[in-house]
Amino acid sequence: MPWPPPGPPGAQRPEREYEKVAAPKKGRSAGAQSKPWRSLALILIAIVALTGGMFASGNTTPRLGIDLAGGTSITLRAVPERGQESAINKANMDTAVSIMERRVNGLGVSEAEVQTQGNDNIIVNIPKGTNSKQAREQVGTTAKLYFRPVLATEVSGAAASPSPSTSSSPSAGASGGTGDKAGDKTGEKATSTGSATPSATASPQGRAVTDGLKADATPSAGSTASSSPKTSASPSPSASSGSGGDATAKLQAQYAALDCTKKDVRATAGKGVKPTDPTVACGQNSQGQWQKYLLGPAGVDGTDVKKAQAVFNTQTAAGWTVTMEFTSKGAKKFADITGKLAQNQSPQNQFAIVLDGNVVSDPYVSQALTGGNAEITGRFSQEEAQSLANMLSYGALPLTFKEDSVTTVTAALGGDQLHAGLIAGAIGLALVVIYLLVFYRGLSVIAIPSLLVSAILTYTIMALLGPAIGFALNLPAVCGAIVAIGITADSFIVFFERIRDEIREGRSLRPAVERAWPRARRTILVSDFVSFLAAAVLFIVTVGKVQGFAFTLGLTTVLDVVVVFLFTKPLMTILARRKFFANGHKWSGLDPKALGAKPPLRRTRRPSGPAAGPVETKEA
Amino acid sequence: MSKLGTLGARLHRGEVGYDFVKNRKIWYGISILITITAILGLAVRGLNMGIEFQGGAVFTTPKHMSASVAQAETYAEEASDHDAIVQKLGDGSLRIQIAGIDTGKSDQIKDALSKDLKVDPEQINADLVGPSWGEQIANKAWEGLGIFMILVVIYLAIAFEWRMALAALVALIHDITITTGIYALVGFEVTPGTVIGLLTILGYSLYDTVVVFDSLKEQTKGITKQTRWTYSDIANQSINGTLMRSINTTVVALLPVAGLLFIGGGVLGAGMLNDISLSLFVGLAAGAYSSIFIATPLVADLKEREPQMKALRKRVLAKRAQAASQGTPEDAEDAAPAVDDEPEDAAPAVVGPRNQPASRNRGRGRPSGKRR
Repeated sequence: MPWPPPGPPGAQRPEREYEKVAAPKKGRSAGAQSKPWRSLALILIAIVALTGGMFASGNTTPRLGIDLAGGTSITLRAVPERGQESAINKANMDTAVSIMERRVNGLGVSEAEVQTQGNDNIIVNIPKGTNSKQAREQVGTTAKLYFRPVLATEVSGAAASPSPSTSSSPSAGASGGTGDKAGDKTGEKATSTGSATPSATASPQGRAVTDGLKADATPSAGSTASSSPKTSASPSPSASSGSGGDATAKLQAQYAALDCTKKDVRATAGKGVKPTDPTVACGQNSQGQWQKYLLGPAGVDGTDVKKAQAVFNTQTAAGWTVTMEFTSKGAKKFADITGKLAQNQSPQNQFAIVLDGNVVSDPYVSQALTGGNAEITGRFSQEEAQSLANMLSYGALPLTFKEDSVTTVTAALGGDQLHAGLIAGAIGLALVVIYLLVFYRGLSVIAIPSLLVSAILTYTIMALLGPAIGFALNLPAVCGAIVAIGITADSFIVFFERIRDEIREGRSLRPAVERAWPRARRTILVSDFVSFLAAAVLFIVTVGKVQGFAFTLGLTTVLDVVVVFLFTKPLMTILARRKFFANGHKWSGLDPKALGAKPPLRRTRRPSGPAAGPVETKEA
Repeated sequence: MSKLGTLGARLHRGEVGYDFVKNRKIWYGISILITITAILGLAVRGLNMGIEFQGGAVFTTPKHMSASVAQAETYAEEASDHDAIVQKLGDGSLRIQIAGIDTGKSDQIKDALSKDLKVDPEQINADLVGPSWGEQIANKAWEGLGIFMILVVIYLAIAFEWRMALAALVALIHDITITTGIYALVGFEVTPGTVIGLLTILGYSLYDTVVVFDSLKEQTKGITKQTRWTYSDIANQSINGTLMRSINTTVVALLPVAGLLFIGGGVLGAGMLNDISLSLFVGLAAGAYSSIFIATPLVADLKEREPQMKALRKRVLAKRAQAASQGTPEDAEDAAPAVDDEPEDAAPAVVGPRNQPASRNRGRGRPSGKRR
């Protein structure tokens, strides 16, 4: 039954007049409210723009996470070397990510993504259809960078096999390789950028190659002595001298047999060799040919590099170059090794920069490089220079990475989970809609479109965030969105209940709406803030799955506020003018009688019991 | 609805008002009992930590496997040399859990399993977890919980007052204890999904509490200027006033979660959806309970200790005693304080329409019913 009892049609008029007059008086807070159409237009524009953007960019569906699309997701945790806990920082993690990207994408994996999460985690997501095992191996290995003197090198696959003339000492192999194709070297050259160069070049010329490298292999001498405390346990002299001959012979054989054109050979070459031992490795020269190397013990450790960057050298017209800055210890070691190398013949005046067992660069040295700075020149493109600089920086990372979790989801299960999530969402939404229909009747005309607007906004933003910030919808994120249905619906409930309270007080609908709004608004803001705070803290602190959940929760909470302010409230204001609602039709959900409103008589304090107290009108 | 609507109206007018605050000792007692049970359950039975917290592997085969559970168990144990737990899921796929194996070794096991079960290794879902992963998730969750609690207490202390912040915190801890206690007692498996669900309760539990507090704050403005109600009375009115909303919100929040639980449990058998929704379901129920029965009465309790409120209580009681002895209705006198209050409110309104907004703002939460 309509309430208040419908008067003659003319009776409606005065009230409308009243609103018109009253509106300006409402001042600040009424400014936006008096123009409900404007808010509605605004949100409509937003929806159209977002949807348009979604179609224009061609991302009509949100990017799916590994657990919904299928694929492998690997979570790695950075473990700092002892005493270097501060090494876990953003710059280092970013370098690690770019190196891992290089490695994973080296597998020909399409769209593998590597990203940091939290402080010390790296997530590698590899879509379905790739060999997950191989990918894991690539990602899981510890990357180490060393500067090793080149003992011999040649284009791999060539028939020539250099036979060493002597094998009595580790370095002896070097002299055997002396005659190898010097022309294959990449033409990269390391020069000092420091000021100390002149003095360094004065090192004795007559010193034999073998001597220098011998010294490297035994801890008692020069450069290695300084580097050994840095690199794990210092090798005992007896070990290197005693087994030296054997090992060298073996290594020679290994080198001779090495065929770098084969991918699996490349992957295993020089694996597990201690930095203090000589090794073999593969690398690609500037012509794109695979080249194999016989390398001496590491003279300089990657951790000795303080900084490396790609620089465009305008002064010497050298084009893109890579500058390196060494730590004080590294500078000394580098000066030592280059001092020795500079006196050698090609290719033994080269040192190889070895990352993960692969030679990434093999510049030759023409003079000892002291002063802690060095520059590698060559015919680099900008990209090459930057990539080399990155790799050099990576070597400086005193971090290893530990596999924390590996999840492989087949496309079938992923599809099932997505399906189940969608059905769950649909069921949840349907139940909420039914509940709203039963409980709020006509008001569902506001509540259900509000939910819809919320859903559309969430969907389009998710779809657009995929390419924008790499957001991927995973299962917990779907859960978050479903849970958010409740939060969104709650805002309407708070608002509707307030309106109903006002109607119970005996107000007619339009004043009731305007009075209920400021209070509902505050409640909504406060509670949404708490919810958002929870989501934000979770997002910042946690990793992996929890983060995806927190993200959707936060997003939907923000959208909830937007929708309530720009859609629900204006729509309510507009509909409050409709007779159906204003007269409190039985099915409007605002029937004063059904709500048990007080009679519209002016204030009879007495009979209304406790609620009529001085504070009563503020009740929720 | 009309029935509920009428109930709402009666609640609103205080006709049905259940005295939550007066009976708080009962609720405290019940909660303490539940909490003790929960803690005992945690201490005695402990939580059934999932594979994610021990390190190991979970393999899920494609649907419709012909191999039996026992067979698969034998295969898995042979392949891994570890104990394996095999479950058959609703869609006929097998879920094989092997605890304590290395992530590196898992590929071997997967290959062996695929051979034994005659499925393509690429068709097997694998979830390999290092021993520290679950711990890490849990630690981060604790960290998040701690940070969130501190921030929210600060926020509530500013937005409301420290007593409310404290009460909200107690309610929050209460919810989390109960939820974990239920997990311990029933023996549900704790997975990262559970942790996510538990963390969501944080937001939800407080969300509910905040709505009640908001109404309480609004109603207790100028409470000392009247002598009719004590703080507890008004707190009780707040609870009753927001009861409809609390019920509605809880139902609306539980419905989608119920949908998740149904789908997660019924269709997928096990997994993230199920884990999240289960802990959410338990936590939401606890959260709704605590915001009504614990948080608000606790605020009232704390508030009543304030000298101001004590004095008010004395005045109110004296007045009631007087009214009772005289047998006269108190309402007539009662209007007086409200009238005292009014000039403040009404004065600017007289000045002119331009000042109206200010008065409206100040008048918010004040007796302004008369000006309607």
